[in-house]
Amino acid sequence: MEKRTVAQKLHIDMPLLFGIVVLCCIGLVVLYSAGGQNLHLVIRQAVIMTVALLLLFLTAQINPYQLQRWSIWFYLLGIILLIIVLLAGYTGKGAQRWLNLGLFRFQPSELMKLGVPMVMAWFIAGSQVPPNIGRVLLGCVFIIVPVLLIAKQPDLGTAVLVGAAGFAVLFISGISWRFIISVMVLIASAMPVIWYFMHDYQKRRVLTFLNPEQDPLGAGYHTIQAKIAIGSGGLFGKGWLNGTQSHLEFLPERSTDFIFAVFSEEFGLMGVVLLIAIYGYVIGRGLWIAMNAQETFGKLLASGLIMTLFVYVFVNIGMVSGQLPVVGVPLPLISLGGTSIVTLMLVFGILMSISTHRRMLSSQV
Amino acid sequence: MSIQFEFKDIVEETRQVKRRVLITGIAMLLLFGFLITRLIYLQIIQHDHFITLSQNNRVKVVPIAPIRGLIYSRDGVLLAENQPAFSLEVIPEKVNDLDVLLSEISLIIDIREDDIARFWKSLREKRRFESVPLKFNLNEAEVARFSVQNHRFPAVEVIARPYRRYPENELTAHIIGYVGRIDDNDLQTVDVSNYLGSTHIGKIGVEKAYENILHGQVGHQQVEVNAQGRVIRVLERTPPIPGKNIFLTIDIGLQKIAMKSLQGKRGAIVAMDPANGDILALVSAPSYDPNLFVNGIDYETYNSLLSSKDTPLVNRALQGTYPPGSTIKPFLGLTALTYGIREPDDTIWCPGWYRLKGSSHLYRDWKREGHGEVDFNYAIMQSCDVYYYDTANDLGITRLHDGLVNFGFSNKTGIDIGGEAAGLLPSPEWKRKTYDQPWYPGETLIAGIGQGSLLVTPLQLVNATASLANNGKLYAPHLAAVSADQISHERNDIQTIRSSEIGIYQAAQWEIIKQAMIDVVHGERGTARGSGYNSKFRMAGKTGTAQVIAIAQDEEYKEEDIPEELQDHALFIAFAPAEEPSIAVAVIVENGGSGSSSAAPIARQLFDYYLAGYQEG
Repeated sequence: MEKRTVAQKLHIDMPLLFGIVVLCCIGLVVLYSAGGQNLHLVIRQAVIMTVALLLLFLTAQINPYQLQRWSIWFYLLGIILLIIVLLAGYTGKGAQRWLNLGLFRFQPSELMKLGVPMVMAWFIAGSQVPPNIGRVLLGCVFIIVPVLLIAKQPDLGTAVLVGAAGFAVLFISGISWRFIISVMVLIASAMPVIWYFMHDYQKRRVLTFLNPEQDPLGAGYHTIQAKIAIGSGGLFGKGWLNGTQSHLEFLPERSTDFIFAVFSEEFGLMGVVLLIAIYGYVIGRGLWIAMNAQETFGKLLASGLIMTLFVYVFVNIGMVSGQLPVVGVPLPLISLGGTSIVTLMLVFGILMSISTHRRMLSSQV
Repeated sequence: MSIQFEFKDIVEETRQVKRRVLITGIAMLLLFGFLITRLIYLQIIQHDHFITLSQNNRVKVVPIAPIRGLIYSRDGVLLAENQPAFSLEVIPEKVNDLDVLLSEISLIIDIREDDIARFWKSLREKRRFESVPLKFNLNEAEVARFSVQNHRFPAVEVIARPYRRYPENELTAHIIGYVGRIDDNDLQTVDVSNYLGSTHIGKIGVEKAYENILHGQVGHQQVEVNAQGRVIRVLERTPPIPGKNIFLTIDIGLQKIAMKSLQGKRGAIVAMDPANGDILALVSAPSYDPNLFVNGIDYETYNSLLSSKDTPLVNRALQGTYPPGSTIKPFLGLTALTYGIREPDDTIWCPGWYRLKGSSHLYRDWKREGHGEVDFNYAIMQSCDVYYYDTANDLGITRLHDGLVNFGFSNKTGIDIGGEAAGLLPSPEWKRKTYDQPWYPGETLIAGIGQGSLLVTPLQLVNATASLANNGKLYAPHLAAVSADQISHERNDIQTIRSSEIGIYQAAQWEIIKQAMIDVVHGERGTARGSGYNSKFRMAGKTGTAQVIAIAQDEEYKEEDIPEELQDHALFIAFAPAEEPSIAVAVIVENGGSGSSSAAPIARQLFDYYLAGYQEG
C-alpha cells in the first residue's frame, strides 16, 4: 500500500491546483489592464477567487459516492429553480436568469453546469455500460429539458455548456458511433426549427457572426473591434497595459466576455499559445483524472465536467476571435465575474474529489 | 462465475471509457489547434491590416486653424485685425442640471431667449465633453462679473477666440469687405481640407480676393482618442502656417478725406496712381459697418441695409454705372483728333443748339445762349455740347464706340477685388440685339455728350483718366500691394503690374488734350476754374453733369423744381500735377447738381492732401 501524501489526505490534486492557480494569477494580471488599472476591481476578483478556492477545498472533501447519491435531487432542485426563474417574471434586458435570494443573486442555470453531468453520470453508471438505446434516449431527455429551459431565458452560452457536458457523459459511456452519427444528422435537420425558436437578438448575433461587417456600429461592433484588438497584437503583443483597443474603450465588455481580446492585444500570439497550453494542461489533467477514476460514476462525471471547462474556453476564444457567434460565455478564471468562477471551482473541487477518493479495489469487490 | 463475468465487464468497460476519453482529448486538441490556426491568421498573417485599423481607431487628426493675416493701409494703419472676443461656454458633462445652471448664470450675465435657444440647439450637435457656447461677445464688464463668480460654475468657462474686427468700421468696408461664417458655397471654391479648422472665410472685397494669402495653411494635431472621441493625448503636431499680412495701396488719409467729402451724400470717389494702377482711395457712399457681418448679421439690421434707398451695401465705385456726361469729352476729342475728324484749330459756331440735317429736333447746349466760335481747346474748357454733337455726328457711332473702347470703357478694368460692373458703350449691334431696333443718328449725338445709354463705372472713369495722365498707358487697378509674412516679416509684391498701351494716339495729341484739361481748371473760362485757385500744383480735369431725367424740348432744367433723387449727377475727373501726374481721381456725387460745383472741389481737397509736399519743378 502506497503512502498517502499530505495533499492526498487533504484531497487536493496538486497538478490540477497548480494549473488553476496559474490561470487565476494570469486572470488578475489581465483584469488589472482590462479594467483600466482599477485595483479595487482586481482585489474584489482576488477575494472572489479565494472564497471560490475555499469552496473547491470543501467540495473536494465530499466523497464521490455522496455526490452520486445526491445527483438526482440536485438535478431536480435545479429544474425547479429554472422553472421558477421562468415564471418569476420577465424583467431586465431581454433575459431573465437571476433569482434574488436577498443576500445575493443566483443563477440556477449555473447549478445545471454541475447538475446535468452529475445526473447523467449517476443515470448511466446506475446500469450497464454502455447503456442501451432506451436509456440513451431517456438520458437525452435529462439533458434536453434543462437545456431548453436555459435557452428560453435566454442564455445560449450556458445552454451550450450544459448540453455539451451532458452529451460528453453519453459519449464517454461508449454509446455506439452509429447512434452518434444518426443524432448528428437529426440535429442538422432540426437546425431550421431551432432557428425559428431563437430570439431576435440571438438570430442577429448569428447573422452578425456570419458577416459582422454588415453592421459595424451595431451588432458587428463587438466582433470587429475584438478582431482588431487580437490582430493588432501580432506575435509578441503591445505589452501589458499598452493595448490601445482596450484602453481607449473601443473594445466593449473588455473585462468580462471579451477579456481574451485584451489579452491577445497585449501579449500577442506567444501569450495566446501559452494561455491555451495552460488550459490544455488543466483539461488534460482533468481527462487523466477521468481515465484513472476508480468508478464508472467518477469517470463519467469527470469527463462531463472537464468538457464544461473545454467548451468554456473554446466558445469564448472562438467567439472573441470571430469564429463562433457571440453567445456570452466568459473566459474561465480570467473574465471578471463571480458566478462562473464559483461554478468552475466547484467543478475542480469535484474533479479533485474524484481524483483523491480512492477505495481499495479489494474492498469494493 | 458471475463475479468473473462482472470483472471482465469492468475491464472491458474501463477500456471502452479510456478509449472514449482519449478520443475526446484528441478532439479537444484538434479544436484548440483550430483556434490557434485562426489566431495565427489574425495575429501574424493579417497583422498589418489590423494594426492599421487599430491606428485608425485611435488616432484622429484634429485640424488647427491658422491665424488670419492682417490688413494694413499702405502707410501701415491697421484695417483688419484679429481681436479676442469673449464667449461664455458650458461643458455639458460637468453639469448635473442645465436648467438650474442657466438660471443661475442669468443672474450674473444677461442671457437672452435666443442665446438659450441657440445653446440647446448646439448642445444636441456636440459631444458631452465639448464646450457649447452660451453667449458670444461678452463685454469687459460681463467678463469681470463672471470671473468673480467662476468658482461656483466649474462647468462654465469664459473663452477668448480671435474674431475679425475692422477698426476703421465703414471707412474701408467697400475695399476690405468682410469675412463671414463659412457656408456650403464657400467650400466649393476652396480646398476643403485647408479649411477644416476654420470658421470664417472672406466673403467680399480684399478679404475674399486675397483669401489664399490671408488664410494661411491649416495645421494638424494627431491625437489619440478613445471610443467616445475624447482626446487622450497629443501624438504629433504640425503647427499651422499663419496667413500673410497684406499692405494695401490705400492711403488712409486720402481715404478719410474722400469719405468725409461724401458725408451725407451718395456717390463714389476713386483715386489712383496713374504710374502703376495703385488705388489710393476708394469710397462708395454711404457705406456700412463690416463688423456686423463677421458673426452673422441679425435679420432686422440686414434687412434695413438691404432696403435702404441709399443702398449702402452697393459698391458704387465698382458696381455703380453712371452716364459719364461731359467727362467723356476728352476721350472723344482725342478719338476725333486721331481719326482726323477734327484738327485742334478747327472751329465751329455754337448757337446754343444743334440740329441734324432733315430734322427739326433741337439738341441743346448746356449754355442756352451758345458758346459762339469754339475750337478744340475751348470746347473742352467750356464743355461745349454743340461741338461734341457735331464731332460725334462726324465720327459716327462705330468710330465713337471703338475709340472709347480703347480707354477701357465697357470692359472690366480687372481690379483685383473683382465684383465690378462692365458699364455700357452703345452700338448699333448692341441696340439691335437688346431692343431689336435700328440705331438712330440722334443717339450718336447724345452719346457724344456722355448721355443716353452710355454707362461707365467710377473705376473705369479714373482708369481712363489715368491713361490720359500717362499718355495712353492703361494699368490694371489694384488694391493690394505687398504681402508680409507674419513670422519672418518677409515682404513680397503681390502685384505684377499689368499695363496695356493705347498705341493709336500721337504724342502731340496727348499734349493737346492735357492742355485743354488744364485749362478746364486753370483757364480763365474753365468750367472748374473755381477749384483751381491758389493751388501749388497744376491740375488737369474735366467736369461732367449727367442728367438723370430727360428734359423736354422747351423746358428748362430748374434744380429747385426737381426732386433730389432725379437731380443731375455731378462728375469730375482729374489728375495732378498736370506735368508729372502722381494721382488721378474720378468723383461722382449722385444727384449732386453740376460737376463744377459739387465734384471738382472734392478733387481739389484730395489733391491738396496728397500733394501737400509737392514742390513745383
